[in-house]
Amino acid sequence: MKFEGTSSYIATEDLKVAVNAAITLERPIIVKGEPGTGKTMLAHEVAKSLDAEIITWHIKSTTKAQQGLYEYDAVTRLRDSQLGDEKVKDIKNYISKGKLWNAFESDKRPVLLIDEIDKADIEFPNDLLLELDKMEFFVYETGETIKAQNRPIVIITSNNEKELPDAFLRRCFFHYIKFPDPNTMEEIVEVHYPDIKKDLIQEAFKIFYDIREVPGIKKKPSTSELIDWLKLLMTDDVDAKILREKDPKKLIPPLHGALLKNEQDVHLFERLAFISRRENENVE
Amino acid sequence: MFINFFFDLKQASLPVSLKEYLMLMEAMNKRVVDSFNVNDFYYLSRSALVKDERYLDKFDRVFGHSFKGLENPEGETTKEIPEEWLKLMGQKYLTDEEKKMIESLGGWDKLMETLKQRLEEQKKRHQGGSKWIGTGGTSPFGAYGYNPEGIRIGQKEGKNKKAVKVWDKREFSNLDGDVELGTRNIKIALRRLRKFAREGAETELDLDNTIKSTAHKGYIDVKMMPERRNKIKVLLFFDVGGSMDAHVKICEELFSAARTEFKHMEYFYYHNCLYDAVWKDNNRRYNDNIKTWDVLHTYPSDYKVIFVGDAEMSPYEITYPGGSVEFWNEESGETWLTRMLNVYENAIWLNPIPERYWDRIASTSIIKQIFSDRMFPLTIEGIDQAMRELNK
Repeated sequence: MKFEGTSSYIATEDLKVAVNAAITLERPIIVKGEPGTGKTMLAHEVAKSLDAEIITWHIKSTTKAQQGLYEYDAVTRLRDSQLGDEKVKDIKNYISKGKLWNAFESDKRPVLLIDEIDKADIEFPNDLLLELDKMEFFVYETGETIKAQNRPIVIITSNNEKELPDAFLRRCFFHYIKFPDPNTMEEIVEVHYPDIKKDLIQEAFKIFYDIREVPGIKKKPSTSELIDWLKLLMTDDVDAKILREKDPKKLIPPLHGALLKNEQDVHLFERLAFISRRENENVE
Repeated sequence: MFINFFFDLKQASLPVSLKEYLMLMEAMNKRVVDSFNVNDFYYLSRSALVKDERYLDKFDRVFGHSFKGLENPEGETTKEIPEEWLKLMGQKYLTDEEKKMIESLGGWDKLMETLKQRLEEQKKRHQGGSKWIGTGGTSPFGAYGYNPEGIRIGQKEGKNKKAVKVWDKREFSNLDGDVELGTRNIKIALRRLRKFAREGAETELDLDNTIKSTAHKGYIDVKMMPERRNKIKVLLFFDVGGSMDAHVKICEELFSAARTEFKHMEYFYYHNCLYDAVWKDNNRRYNDNIKTWDVLHTYPSDYKVIFVGDAEMSPYEITYPGGSVEFWNEESGETWLTRMLNVYENAIWLNPIPERYWDRIASTSIIKQIFSDRMFPLTIEGIDQAMRELNK
């Protein structure tokens, strides 16, 4: 089992090494990185390239570790008991399996994606330590132990909103997806839009990386935003010439709404454009 | 060899543990990567040993240091090259013609062999020229020069992007925890300071309690409980004006991060040291100030107090009545600070000046003493430690 990237996902060499190490050693891998660098995509692509089932567990601030294992529906059972339902006699009828349980039961080695683990409470990762380490857990209600038939490939993403506990980190591989350099970016775009015009890409890239360099910008545009923007440029059939426009009056790139996502940034950008326009006029 | 590397990492105070080292060994054992490829080994060890992007840069540096001289597959040339030879003494800019003129010396093996020979022959520091090892030349060995098949020795960044080792690129340098401060990072650091509690209106269904109570009474008895909230309350004091002007940006960032992070937060401004009044609006500080006594009486002692300031002033401004540079203070700054600390048990001082200078500034030492050493640098690391301290 080896991950080599797919036709729709460009994986850098270091990412491949990290993923393959996690697959071989059957340990979880934590993927961090700027938003929009393809952290969640990675799990889907790994599953695709290994032809494995993907089980996703999206974490919210209210998610508890127990929910990933199983939940015991006491209220339904209580109601059934009052109605005299036959089901009530077997407690198993009221235990609903969580994502981890599903993953452990799978016949073929699945990919388990625990998405945005940092959204949950600080204690959340610690509560899963043993379960992810041993790949087994105990169901108190029925007294059975659920053990993984095939240790799933666990991919955990984090947006860095909370620090993860050391004990948890020690058991995982770690990869930080850095922002792609222009060459990698070109490959990524190529994968998404194979028939995009070369000159359009070049000009769009220049603007994109320029915007990322603007000092004081609150939210830097990311890969996924670049891809959306290119899509807009293509559907609108914007000519590369317009992007190359050095006329200071048109310094703000067309359809910039796809790249700049908050009004302060748009405002800042407009102000910078205004200043550079004034400077240019002074020169003239 | 790997053990040494591991201890080098530990020495550079990277948080690596035995478990991670064993994990790396296991991965090597299972041939996750081709063990003769240094790049792959670098990727693998990075992924196994570093668990936080803050440490990636440090890791790169240690890796570069530990495996210096082993950068090539053969790993033969381990002879130390004196640092001074390679010190940057100037840069030679070659024209395209010159670049074309330099042909490769043929093959990796031959290059290594020649390098070894040269190392033995050469005894002095060298610069320029096209044979010896040194800086700025066109010989295939050395730094800051140009040769299409060159081997770079001891150069931080490949100038012509030819013989670049990945870890030497240090792409993660701006993620180092000691350096970068952005509001997002501050927010994360501030998040250490959390204490969840259920207080206030009962709005959530307490399922367990409901079931228990229902079973006990024999009829459905719904129980409610309040929502879980962060109940941390914070008082922030910012030093403004004078020497603090240089640190405005970082204080702004801290302020905006703290405002979104803490529900119960009050802020005040002071100048240099705390005296009998603080204010909330810098434009109206003389008309609209707030007596420090009022602050002490208004906010209960479970508030956590954070002072932000460079603590750089004349010692008299702290220790003597009338020491303030702006007005006649009846009581010394020290008295006021002590009063504050007597009310609020959890108080810390954040200082934007790097820690290494603190001992040389008399007033900083005095304040640090008043705060019984609870002074932290205004960096991510520092805030992190400060928040741990406040949580105690």
